[in-house]
Amino acid sequence: MADDTAREEDHEAEAAGDVAEPAPIPDDVAAAVVARFPGSVFVDSHGQAVVYVEREVIADVALMLRDEEQFTMLVDTVVVDHLVDGARPLVAGIAPERFEVVVNFLSHARNRRIRIICQVPESQPTAPSLTPTYPGANFAERESYDLFGIAFEGHPDMTRILMPDDWHGYPLRKDDAPARVPVTFKGDPSPR
Amino acid sequence: MSTNPPIPLRPTTKPLSDALSKEEERLERQTDEGAQELRPTTREVVLAGGGMWPQDDLGDTMIINMGPQHPSTHGVLRLMMELDGEDVLRIKPVIGYLHTGMEKTGEELTYVQGTTNVTRMDYASNFANELVYSMAVEKLVGVEVPERATWIRMMMCELSRMASHLLFQATNGMDIGAVSMMLYGWREREEVLRIFEYVTGLRMNCNYIRPGGVAVDLPDGWQQRILDVCDLVVKGVSEYDELLSQNPIWRERTVGLGIITTEECLALSITGPILRSTGFAWDLRKAQPNLAYDQVEFDTIYTSNGDVYDRYRIRLYEILESVRIVRQCVEKMPAGDYRVQDKKITPPPRARIDESMEALIHHFKLFTEGFKVPAGETYVSVESPRGEIGCYMVSDGSSKPVRMHIRGPSFYNLQAIDPMGTDSLVADAVAIVSSIDPIMGEVDR
Repeated sequence: MADDTAREEDHEAEAAGDVAEPAPIPDDVAAAVVARFPGSVFVDSHGQAVVYVEREVIADVALMLRDEEQFTMLVDTVVVDHLVDGARPLVAGIAPERFEVVVNFLSHARNRRIRIICQVPESQPTAPSLTPTYPGANFAERESYDLFGIAFEGHPDMTRILMPDDWHGYPLRKDDAPARVPVTFKGDPSPR
Repeated sequence: MSTNPPIPLRPTTKPLSDALSKEEERLERQTDEGAQELRPTTREVVLAGGGMWPQDDLGDTMIINMGPQHPSTHGVLRLMMELDGEDVLRIKPVIGYLHTGMEKTGEELTYVQGTTNVTRMDYASNFANELVYSMAVEKLVGVEVPERATWIRMMMCELSRMASHLLFQATNGMDIGAVSMMLYGWREREEVLRIFEYVTGLRMNCNYIRPGGVAVDLPDGWQQRILDVCDLVVKGVSEYDELLSQNPIWRERTVGLGIITTEECLALSITGPILRSTGFAWDLRKAQPNLAYDQVEFDTIYTSNGDVYDRYRIRLYEILESVRIVRQCVEKMPAGDYRVQDKKITPPPRARIDESMEALIHHFKLFTEGFKVPAGETYVSVESPRGEIGCYMVSDGSSKPVRMHIRGPSFYNLQAIDPMGTDSLVADAVAIVSSIDPIMGEVDR
């Protein structure tokens, strides 16, 4: 816990000192991404390199990682819904939105990982698809679409994958609770 | 070929004369058995299609479903296959039949309860699931696990790899037609599951690895029992090797079948034995060692052909490597705590509850509210028998995760069906699915 707060403070200090002299980024790949794409922010998350990028450029970031930085594999694509996340750690320089698309990359040649995160607003739940760059993202993006309703633009087959095709709603959204049945007691006034 | 418009099927039904259909209607209104016997037996005449299969290139393909209830699809996997005669043109896996919303459930459970949930995902190698979950929680909390707990975890994970690969040998043998192999595989796997029952109390879904360590210490006399099972498994593996590896029928069914290349594997995020069968020696236990994998000796098994036979062989010899690791664990098992002595994370021993008020309070708090995890996010991955299993965890500082995502290796590996199965035969598609070794509980979560 103490470690974490220290890290947060470090990060804030880094953000504050941004104007005067940007602190060096320990991860060279992350540094390259931040240098190439303005608006990107590097965060050290428990020793793992994380770069927050703009939603529009995430496909270009993936292309850069694949073609220039030897990131051979897209390991995982996850969506996070921050609707009820009150204590969400805010990243300086990034406007938080409801959804986050989190993509983990792995470089076999360099034996390292990097995580790219972009913000997706609730009003326009779309993100560029990485499937053209990394075909392995196919199922994961379909799953994200299925469970969160984030449409990945440029995906060859943007359909539901786990839920039935005629399902309404997106089950992993925080405001979607299909399985929640209110407890009724004997004698309760009920519509029945 | 698939772009051609579908042509109507050849006439299959002989048109009925009006008189016959009226008689038919009259009979159908009656329900007694005598009338049923009067039903004309020549109501539908299915024509066989008139001679030879068409030799032309009319795009005369058909799409058939294999599954979701097909014995060789390992649970409830449905394959949509486009066929030209007996040749498979493309395969699309249709999943979701076992989707039970475990990631949603994971958001409702505390970190103490969470392992009970994730252990049911990959039910053939549950320890890997528990391990990634626990490691993600420990990373967010910032707690160091005692050395003995680390070694117990490693030993149980390797036993679990043995059980999982033995299960693969059994089901793979059954799918390809070596039914005796099925019996032998289950036989040895059962012995490993007995170890799980002996150590954890449960054969499967053990819920043994928990945040902060493991649930209980190893029972007395565990060394000899585990070594005995190791000997049994080694003997079994040599039998399977003798039975199958040079068996001409087995080789006919598997060699050169379902080939996939390293480039395809990397592009499609495929990990584990499938990736290693293409000549790419990538094993997270070697490349990014966690637990104590850097303190034991073992080899990464890899082959270069990328076919069904190679995937069978890799899994066979990985059992022996796991036996090597387990034997070293028995030898080098350090003394000490089996879980971290942090009263806020691990519950007190049962005996302390009777005599200590604080222990009672801690016990109550842990099992009702759970412990709080600092806000943050992390991704942790280990090598499961099927490939890279990962856990992406987001915490908001409460005792339940905001998001708990398991990267199931089978989920990604299923994407290999299409490149592997294209241009194979229907009968070989069964062998190919089997060689991917998908566990649907993990695919659908």
